[in-house]
Amino acid sequence: MVGWGKPIIHYSAVILVLGLLWKLAAMALGGVILPHPEEAIRVFGYALTTQIFWEHFLVSAFRAVSAMVLAWVLAFPLGLIMGSMPKVDRVFAPFVFLTYPIPKIVLLPVFLLLLGLGNSSKIAMIGLILGYQILVTTRDGVKSIHPKYYDSVRSLGGSHLDVLREVLLPAALPHGFTALRLGTGVSVAVLFFVESFATNRGLGYMIMDAWGAMDYLTMFTGILGMSLMGAILYEIANFMEKRACKWMFLRNKG
Amino acid sequence: MLEAVSLTKSYGGKSVLEDVSFTLAQEESLAVVGPSGCGKSTLLYLLGGLASPDDGTVLLDNVPILSPTPDISIILQDYGLLPWRTIIDNVALGLKVQGVPKDERLERARAQLAEVGIVGRDNDFPASLSGGEQQRVAIARAFVSRPRIMLLDEPFSSLDALTRERLQQTLLSVWKQRRVPYVLVTHSLEEAVTLGKRIMVLSDRPARQVAVFDNPGFGNECILETEGCFELLKELRRTVEALW
Repeated sequence: MVGWGKPIIHYSAVILVLGLLWKLAAMALGGVILPHPEEAIRVFGYALTTQIFWEHFLVSAFRAVSAMVLAWVLAFPLGLIMGSMPKVDRVFAPFVFLTYPIPKIVLLPVFLLLLGLGNSSKIAMIGLILGYQILVTTRDGVKSIHPKYYDSVRSLGGSHLDVLREVLLPAALPHGFTALRLGTGVSVAVLFFVESFATNRGLGYMIMDAWGAMDYLTMFTGILGMSLMGAILYEIANFMEKRACKWMFLRNKG
Repeated sequence: MLEAVSLTKSYGGKSVLEDVSFTLAQEESLAVVGPSGCGKSTLLYLLGGLASPDDGTVLLDNVPILSPTPDISIILQDYGLLPWRTIIDNVALGLKVQGVPKDERLERARAQLAEVGIVGRDNDFPASLSGGEQQRVAIARAFVSRPRIMLLDEPFSSLDALTRERLQQTLLSVWKQRRVPYVLVTHSLEEAVTLGKRIMVLSDRPARQVAVFDNPGFGNECILETEGCFELLKELRRTVEALW
């Protein structure tokens, strides 16, 4: 089912439970380091009416979305090629799997040196980390396509292009979208980290700046903003997956 | 006319098919029976150009078949429908591959679906259909491109008895209109007698041609209830019991 009703109900229920737990924790800790949720939400509500919050939010959103698009357009086709062309896979797979366990975030200083302090280095860093996930998931997904689907198209006289269009691409899409959807959490986490350095815009900067000034209510405004952005990105990826892969969400009648 | 000449195939050094030959004339049907996993599907893959024989050749009107061609349609095991394409797109796929314009291929696909009794399900996906309905779609997909030869790989093996009988009759009725010669592989002797004008028995791995029976009652919708069929089935059973 494609729609916003269910996610809103789910999110409301989760927010309610988390709010209760937050309230209990705030009461236990005295309400300073961890402000009371009603106070944080009141300040967050006010922040939503200010220009500076939206500047931070939009800068962060731009970085995250650009990185996700970059990761998708580079990693998905490469995963498709590696998964479907054993000769290419034999060359590239060792590079991918030997470098996969390296925590790419440690390369941030290198990215800052090479690409500068602006958006490029931040987008490239997030894109690299997310791109690996999309690449590996898509490649493995393509490799797991049942040969009967290739035979099905080939038996009709289909060319390599027909196999690509009718089998590889549609069968790989769910894997690529799943990686993208699950990667939104990683993207926002990396975004927070890269915005902690060499910038004065973005929700990550907002959080760290408020933390340094011991302004915990503003810090929580940034945290709530980042959570909101993560949830929106996740739902957009989820929506795109359900639109592009309708057949995945059907019950088999057998 | 489809001609298989001394077809031999092995995989990984193991012989799967040895020296199988036959001819399939116009308006004829051949049922190939053999135990599960004996190499029957390999035979169909060779006939359809999806695999190459180690030895021997497949000829369609004296022209060697070296790769799949629209002249030969195959109904694969488990229907071979693409789960990400709608019913109408699955049926029209062969026509799309051949470059038939969209409007024409959709019209032909719709008409073919109606012929096998699937109406108003154009935009559904295969997963929302029952096994029997999916098999009907697979039959429609195979017939829509007007092939000269049909190959059917255990098409009804995963269906319940009643659905299987209905679909066998659907296949027969479409065949009576089109008269497209077909080769059907099956492990069911009853199915072979119902759908084969001739019946070829294969041995277990490697699959070798053991015997060929004529089936004079072919085409009779109630063939299994006739005396001749009873005798043929008895003879077939005797043959396969000594082999499998």
